[in-house]
Amino acid sequence: MHPVVKLVAQRLALSLLLLLAASILIFAGTMILPGDVAQSILGQSATPESLANLREELGLNDPPVTRYFDWLFGAMQGDLGTALTNGRDIAESIGQRLSNTLFLAFWAAIISVPLAILLGLIAVRYKDRWPDKLISGVTLASISIPEFLIGYLLMYYLAVQLGWFPSVAMINDGMSLGQKLQSIALPVIVLTLVVLAHMMRMTRAAILNVMQSAYVETAELKGLSGFQVIYRHAFPNAIAPIVNVVMINLAYLVVGVVVIEVVFVYPGMGQYLVDHVSKRDVPVVQACGLIFAAVYILLNMIADIVSILANPRLRHPK
Amino acid sequence: MSDPLLKVRDLKIGATVYPPGEKPHDIEIVHGVSFDLAPGKVLGLIGESGAGKSTIGLASMAYGRGGVKITGGEVWVNGRDILKSSVRDIRNLRGAEVTYVSQSAAASFNPAKKIMDQVVEAAVEQKKFSRKEAEERARTLFAKLGLPDPDNIGKRFPHQVSGGQLQRCMTALALCPEPDLVVFDEPTTALDVTTQIDVLMAIKEAIRDTGVAALYITHDLAVVAQVSDDIMVLRMGDMVEYAHTDQIINSPKEEYTQALVSVRSIEHEEKNPTPEPVLSVKNITARYKGLNFDVLKNVTVDLHPGQTLAVVGESGSGKSTLARVITGLLPPSDGQIDFAGRTLSRDLAGRTREDLRELQMIYQMADVAMNPRQTVGTIIGRPLEFYFNIRGSEKRKRIIDLLDEIELGEKFMDRYPAELSGGQKQRVCIARSLAAKPKMIICDEVTSALDPLVADGILKLLLDLQKIEDVAYLFITHDLATVRAISDSIAVMYQGKVQRYGSKSEVLSPPFDDYTDLLLSSVPEMKLGWLEEVVAHRKMESAGN
Repeated sequence: MHPVVKLVAQRLALSLLLLLAASILIFAGTMILPGDVAQSILGQSATPESLANLREELGLNDPPVTRYFDWLFGAMQGDLGTALTNGRDIAESIGQRLSNTLFLAFWAAIISVPLAILLGLIAVRYKDRWPDKLISGVTLASISIPEFLIGYLLMYYLAVQLGWFPSVAMINDGMSLGQKLQSIALPVIVLTLVVLAHMMRMTRAAILNVMQSAYVETAELKGLSGFQVIYRHAFPNAIAPIVNVVMINLAYLVVGVVVIEVVFVYPGMGQYLVDHVSKRDVPVVQACGLIFAAVYILLNMIADIVSILANPRLRHPK
Repeated sequence: MSDPLLKVRDLKIGATVYPPGEKPHDIEIVHGVSFDLAPGKVLGLIGESGAGKSTIGLASMAYGRGGVKITGGEVWVNGRDILKSSVRDIRNLRGAEVTYVSQSAAASFNPAKKIMDQVVEAAVEQKKFSRKEAEERARTLFAKLGLPDPDNIGKRFPHQVSGGQLQRCMTALALCPEPDLVVFDEPTTALDVTTQIDVLMAIKEAIRDTGVAALYITHDLAVVAQVSDDIMVLRMGDMVEYAHTDQIINSPKEEYTQALVSVRSIEHEEKNPTPEPVLSVKNITARYKGLNFDVLKNVTVDLHPGQTLAVVGESGSGKSTLARVITGLLPPSDGQIDFAGRTLSRDLAGRTREDLRELQMIYQMADVAMNPRQTVGTIIGRPLEFYFNIRGSEKRKRIIDLLDEIELGEKFMDRYPAELSGGQKQRVCIARSLAAKPKMIICDEVTSALDPLVADGILKLLLDLQKIEDVAYLFITHDLATVRAISDSIAVMYQGKVQRYGSKSEVLSPPFDDYTDLLLSSVPEMKLGWLEEVVAHRKMESAGN
């Protein structure tokens, strides 16, 4: 078997194992939270009998291991249970929310990833000169300001003062793509500013590291221009670390956007999670946790696999 | 005479240095060097490390490595002073008129790109040839340079070919754009001697056939004598002597050149084996975890007290693995090691402190074998504390004695490794191993990283210390001149086996087995026409068989 196939298969198997471990942690974590689900559904005035009945009905009297496997097999078949607060099917509610979150994350990624890499390349080309310092300064400043502050500042100037974009990012199925994009413009800008610096700095550092190599000197002595040396010879050897940091930031775009969604009242996963945490709706919290874990593990697995494929020694063994 | 292709006048090159504990400052590393190179000729630049030879070679492409800057003088290529050229003109010169072959092709090829893409890149980028023409030309060069399967080798990645092959690919890379001048910077230094001879011949023929001029940079006078028309000897950034090759080799005028020509002046009378060897390696077989073949196969050698056994072989022959097995770092899968009348435990954990003390080691890279944050006194004093529990003024006295023995003296006691030269660092490592009062020292390529004259000093020191301390050396090296200089007995290793073993006079006298013959005849000799003689001799032999 080709060694790359074996390595990729190993990564896949490892990711599944990791996801299983995460599901155990999530389940155990919500189990040890104080409070009783039946109590919180029925309220303080519930009679002991109705509490006991509801516990029986929800399967709360079963041993934890049985309940874990019931939950896990259900989740594997797409059944995440029903929300305690409104009795709706969780999978259905999450479906809409998740696609909204992914929509926002997708457009933020489409803008921020190429921009970060391009800025990184420019920073390397003009290392220690004013373009490098300007890029570093601006991106570091934008990552240092809390994201909700950037959000409100942009909202004030671009939405309230200039009126270019709506200040509340509401989207629904009836809107055209253009309308949707206009609606999410502000959160996309904020998210881009937040993740740009990290990816840009890593691109810069990874390429600068490669620029020390003898083969970069060889390329310079071939008479190639600065940019040719960087994108033909340095960049292909810096892909692995860059992909890693890109994937961590993509994961952040999906699972870390709670604050932005709240600021812009965007109907995504983050808000959904926050709402239900405050209501102690345990099945929803578990479902969100599982999906976030899956996204994280999936993106990091992709980063690992890209790193393996980017290595010519593994792709073309002797 | 036609106009020179390369005319260098009063070239001055500077660099910024960052000495420990001092402010960074500028120094001059080349102090006004001048020379001419006519079309189609080869000029050898020779000198020790720090002589400025590579720096001068790169200056002919208007390039300064790291913080190196050209501070003065003129470099004329094809009738224009390139130090006054624009950035764009210099880019058009590099890779088109002047090309470069570096010491380590393995590091100079981009691991992420196929060989062919890299070989034709400069020719295509500089619009010398179309991609198709350039590839055709590259294949012709691959064939001319004796690479196997020249039509397809370009489709491989650098890690898929051997070091010697890659060095030839690098030469093809440099010749592909039909340059007027190639700078060869130590192109064979990283290769084994038997590989070096083929690459050297390939380079020489390629230079002859293409009519290109070359700057050939090396520290090995015997090598440069084979390929160059003129030689310039450099030392500390100054020209020492500049003349025809014949004159430099056969009648050098300057004292420094004479010393370079006559290095390896050490004479060492071979000692007879004693009845009781200090180290007896019996039928050792070993392999590394994860490898499916034995790196050592049934190795048996003896080392006698106060004598030197040289273990010689090319990279991959298993000589350093033998050292790892003897020290216990790699437990052998079979065989036995007797040392000073007792059988040693196979692995390190089973050895007593006395075993460790009596068997010391010195390494190739002296600077990474020492803690950079400890002073010389601390480094040498540590074995005194550890093995003998000597402390205070007695320890200080012992350290000073040891520093005197290695010819450095008390003033070195409070210095840090970074403040020492390469030779001085190796001397400190020798003192550290002697501090344990060992019966035997394993010397693993201890002079390979040093300049010839410095290496000579280290070898002399080792021989003197052997007389005083009566210590035995297991001397691992790939350099046959070193072997001749210091050994009492020799083991020639090849592919994990001892190919030939005996006293120095036996091993180095005919009749030879094929491998030893190949190895011995591949060592460059300091005479003109040696390369052609050897190659012709080999052709005759292979025709005779």
